[in-house]
Amino acid sequence: MPSVHLTRHLYTFFPHLEGQTIIVEASTAGEVVAALERLAPGIGFYICDELGRLRTHVNIFVGKQMIRDRKGLTDAVAANDEVHILQALSGG
Amino acid sequence: MASRILVGTRKGTFIVEKKNGSWKPRLAGHAGGGVNYVARDPYTGKLWALLGFGHWGAKLSVSTDEGETWNDNPAQIKYPEGARYIGQDMYEDAGSDFGVGIKIVTRPATVQKLWIIGFGPGGAVYVGTIPGGLFVSRDGGGSFELNRPLWNHESRGGDLFSGEGKGETKWFGTPASEGGEFAPGIHSIVVDPRNPKRMLLAVSTAGVIETADGGETWQPRNNGMRLDHTPEPDAEWGHDTHYIEQCEGDPEHIWQQNHVGIYYSSDGAKSWRKVSRPEQGVHFGFPITADAKDGRTAWVVPGKSDMQRMAVDGALFVARTKDGGETWEQLRRGLPQEQAYDVILRHALANKDGAVAFGSTTGNLYVSDDGGDGWTTAANNLPPIYSVRFA
Repeated sequence: MPSVHLTRHLYTFFPHLEGQTIIVEASTAGEVVAALERLAPGIGFYICDELGRLRTHVNIFVGKQMIRDRKGLTDAVAANDEVHILQALSGG
Repeated sequence: MASRILVGTRKGTFIVEKKNGSWKPRLAGHAGGGVNYVARDPYTGKLWALLGFGHWGAKLSVSTDEGETWNDNPAQIKYPEGARYIGQDMYEDAGSDFGVGIKIVTRPATVQKLWIIGFGPGGAVYVGTIPGGLFVSRDGGGSFELNRPLWNHESRGGDLFSGEGKGETKWFGTPASEGGEFAPGIHSIVVDPRNPKRMLLAVSTAGVIETADGGETWQPRNNGMRLDHTPEPDAEWGHDTHYIEQCEGDPEHIWQQNHVGIYYSSDGAKSWRKVSRPEQGVHFGFPITADAKDGRTAWVVPGKSDMQRMAVDGALFVARTKDGGETWEQLRRGLPQEQAYDVILRHALANKDGAVAFGSTTGNLYVSDDGGDGWTTAANNLPPIYSVRFA
């Protein structure tokens, strides 16, 4: 099953996830977000807006590849994939 | 005397308390996160913070232990499916002399910014957003619903939920959004203390709007206001109201800081009268606060002008009127009188029980215990201050 790595920023809001190895059952990026939401209610609205779109300047990588469908999050995730969720840039 | 101030800043929530005669700030939550507004619900005692994270969106945070701990409210503000509004897109147009054209578009709504929260009796909680949504809770914040009559108001293009609307909005946009897009925003919520079904909102940039039936219908309340800076000064809509506040004990008296000056209404917003005194430097600004008992008393913190949005001539002062704007006093004692360039945003001035406080985007917090006559510096070097409320 794919494993998920979160930026430290998200641990600020969901501290109980920190230090956990997050393994989810998912075959698309959208299913990864849905699985995270079950682990940490509310986190889905940090990653996506209320239309289900990936927030601007938030990225999901499947392996080394940034997902392409930011609207439907349909990009495939394979069983041995590592998924990274992080913000694209930062500021002062 | 009021002794606790809630301060929302670009980098967290601060609580400033008076102990042993002096004011002391402390970081009380949301470290590093943008806090647009913090206030206490006087009916439930909960503290509410409206958060804006650059990457992670707008969140509603609540504390039930006086700010010791904060949690994301289980119910967040989200636009319902199908909520659309009219905006503009710029596109490349080779046929135009300027190379670009403007296209009117209907856009699906998402929360760009939580800007103001207001409270009423019986568990009523109201949140105003950019792009111009009023969200209503009837259960103390347990669930929120978009007020659809306002969202679908004919002044902003009619019903875009179920139809195509009229294709024209009279509500413009504000650069205060966090998503980069210019969209209108609700920044003032006034619940009439005599009758909570009567509410006034103010919108940047549409004007003042009233409901008398608990949000079923909405009417503009912009009589007497003039859009000096546009080709149609007497237009009903498009007014750049910066903030409004009602006198709690004398509720027909309502004060407004507008882009084009200070307005005062003594008839419950049926009509407005400009009471600016530009020759005294009392004209442009963002915040205004009305005395809780005396409808004729209010305070502003003037800025130089809309071209120079900072303290007038490098010296900070608060202006106070006690006679409905006929005359204004400049209150300077204790405030920096040289090399001061503070900007005070619309929610960053408040008064309670004779105390007045304001905070600036340069991270300074000033407090007066005597109605503004003399001032104390309560904090320097805070992050840019967005809101100041006694609690």
